[in-house]
Amino acid sequence: MKSNNISKFYKKSDTFFRYITASCGIMILVIMAGIFIELIIASRLSIKKFGFAFVSSSAWNPVTQDFGAASSIYGTLVSAGIAMIIAVPLSLAIALFLAELASPAISRIMGSAIELLAAIPSIIYGMWGLFVFAPVMADYIQPMLQKYLGFIPLFQGSPMGIGMLTSGLILALMIIPFISSVTRDIFNMVPVVIKESAYGMGATTWEVIRHVIIPYGFKGILGACFLGLARAIGETMAITFVIGNDHTISPSLFAAANSIASTLANEFTEASEPMYLSALIELGLILLVMTFVIQMLAELWLWRVSRKGEKGA
Amino acid sequence: MKKGLLTILISVAVLMVSVVGGEATNINGAGATFPYPVYSQWAYKYHKMTGMALNYQSIGSGGGIAQIKARTVDFGASDAPMRYEELKKYGLIQFPMVMGGVVPVVHIQGIKPGQLKISENILVNIFLGKITRWNDDALKQINPGLDLPNRKITVVHRADGSGTTWMFTNYLSKISDEWHRRVGFGKAVAWPAGVGGKGNEGVSAYVERLSGSIGYVEFAYALQNKLTYVLLENSYGRFVAPTMKTFRSAAANADWQHAPGFYMVLTAQPGIDTWPITGASFILIYKDQKDMNRTKTMLRFFDWCYRHGADIAERLKYVPMPDKVINLVESVWKNEVKVNGRPVWP
Repeated sequence: MKSNNISKFYKKSDTFFRYITASCGIMILVIMAGIFIELIIASRLSIKKFGFAFVSSSAWNPVTQDFGAASSIYGTLVSAGIAMIIAVPLSLAIALFLAELASPAISRIMGSAIELLAAIPSIIYGMWGLFVFAPVMADYIQPMLQKYLGFIPLFQGSPMGIGMLTSGLILALMIIPFISSVTRDIFNMVPVVIKESAYGMGATTWEVIRHVIIPYGFKGILGACFLGLARAIGETMAITFVIGNDHTISPSLFAAANSIASTLANEFTEASEPMYLSALIELGLILLVMTFVIQMLAELWLWRVSRKGEKGA
Repeated sequence: MKKGLLTILISVAVLMVSVVGGEATNINGAGATFPYPVYSQWAYKYHKMTGMALNYQSIGSGGGIAQIKARTVDFGASDAPMRYEELKKYGLIQFPMVMGGVVPVVHIQGIKPGQLKISENILVNIFLGKITRWNDDALKQINPGLDLPNRKITVVHRADGSGTTWMFTNYLSKISDEWHRRVGFGKAVAWPAGVGGKGNEGVSAYVERLSGSIGYVEFAYALQNKLTYVLLENSYGRFVAPTMKTFRSAAANADWQHAPGFYMVLTAQPGIDTWPITGASFILIYKDQKDMNRTKTMLRFFDWCYRHGADIAERLKYVPMPDKVINLVESVWKNEVKVNGRPVWP
C-alpha cells in the first residue's frame, strides 16, 4: 500500500516535471512569435509607406524621411560572405590539424587558445580592427591588392583601411574560433575503430581525412558553418567600428558601407521621428527574417544530404 | 573576526540609511551627450555641497525628448531647440543651460592646429563631395603659405544621430542654398560623401586614423585628442580660430529676449570675432509640476549651475550663459513653473 503511494507520488512528480519542461519549451516558441509580431506592429508605419520598395531602395534620408534597406542588406550579406569565404577553409584546416595531425599536447594548448579567442568580447575585435588592423590595411594590404588586382572594380577606390573588406576580415577572425572548435569536436567524435580500419587497409592520412573523417562529420561541419554565418550576420559592435557606416552601395570592397546591425546600433538612440524609428525596426525585422531563411535553407540542405546518404547506403 | 563583521554590518547599515535618506533629493535627467561632461561635473560638485544627487543619462537628445514626453525623468536635455508651438503642445518650457562650439578637424601631413584656413564655400563643397583633393586650387588660393599634399579628401561625419550634427548641418544650410536644397539639416542627414563614426569619439578616432580626412567634433573633443582644428571664415569674411573668445562673441550677439520659448540657433551669428558654428544646449521641463520640493530642488540646482558653475564650464571649454540670459530664464521659471497653480520659484 505504502509503496504504491510512493510510486504514485513519483508518477505525479514525473508528469509535473514534464509539464514544467514542456511549458519552458513552449515559452521559446511564444517568445519567438511575440518578437516577430511586435516587430511587425512597430514597423507598420514604414511597411505601409514604403511597401516592398523598402527592400530594394537604397535611399536613407532622415531629413526627408525616405528610407530603404537595400544598402544595409547588401552590406550585411557581402561582409558575412567575405568572412565565410575566408573562415571556412581556414577553420577546417585548423580543426583537422588539431584533431588528426598535431600531437596531443600541442592540440590541447592550441585548442584552449582557440576557445579563448572565441571568448573575446566583440568590441575588443572592433577596437583592435580600427586602431591596429585598419592602418595596416590602409598602408600595406589595400595598396598591394590595388597594385596587382586593381583592374577589378572590387579593388578600386581609395585605400582608407576601413570599409567592407576590413569588416569582412575582422568577421572572419571572429568566427574562425567558433567554426574550428566545433569542427574539431566533430572530428574527435569519429570512432577510432573506423579510422583504424581505414588505416589498416593501407589508406594514407589524406585518404582517411578525405574519405572517412569529412564524410562522417559532414552534417556537423555544415552546422558549425551556419553557426558562424549566423554570428557574422548578427555581429554588431566590431562591424560598427570598421565598416565606415555609409548608406551607399559601392562595387568597391574598399568603400565604406553599413550592415543592418551597425545601422541599428548607430541610429536607434536618436531616432525621434515615428517614421525613422519604424524604418529602423523594419530593418530589425528583415534581419530576423534573414537569419530565419538561412536557418531553414540549412535544415533543408541537411535533410537532402542525409536522405541522399541513406539512399547511398 | 567578529569585530570585523560588526564593522561591515554597521557600515552597510549606514550606507543604506544614507541611500534612503538621499532618495528624496534624487533628480533624474536624460538627453544630450554634448553637455554631459559639464553636467556631470556640476552634479558632482553640487552633490558634495548639498547631498542632492543627479542621475543624468546621456542617451542623446532624441532620447531625452522622448523620455520627458513620457514623464519618466524630471528634465530632458537637447542640443536642438524645440519649436515654440511644440513646447506649447506638450506643456513644456525650455531654457538654454550652456553653450559650446563645433569645430572642423583635419588630418593632413604637415599641417598643425590653426594653420589651415577654410572658407564657407570650401567647407560646403568638401562636405558635398565636390572638392575631393587637398591641393584643390580654391584651397591653395587662400592658404598660400601651406604645402598642401595631393591627397584625396575623406569626409568623416557622425553615423549616429546627434546634436553636434544638427548644429553643423544647420550651419551648412545657412551658408549654402545648395546644401539646404540637397541635404538640409537635422540630427542625422543623408550625407553626400564620406564615412561615419559613432559619437564624437568615433569621429575623432577616424580623423586620427585616416590621412587626408576632415570631420567635425565638439570643441572639447578636439582639444582632448589634440586634433588639428582649422580656421573658419565667419560672416564678416574673417578667419577665426575656435576659442572661448570667439564662442562668447557668437553668444553675445544673440537676442534671447525676443526668442519665444528660447528657440535660438547660434550658428552663423554676426560679429567680427564670432566663431560661426556655436550652439546652446537646452533643458526641458514641464510647466505643471507635481511635487513642490522636488521641483524646487531641481531649479535650485540649475540656478547654482548658472551662478556658480561658470568656472567649471569654462575649464571644460563650454561657454556659460550671460547674466542677462540667466535673469530671463529665471523670470520664466517664476511666471510659468507651477505646482497646483502655485508658483515654485523663487
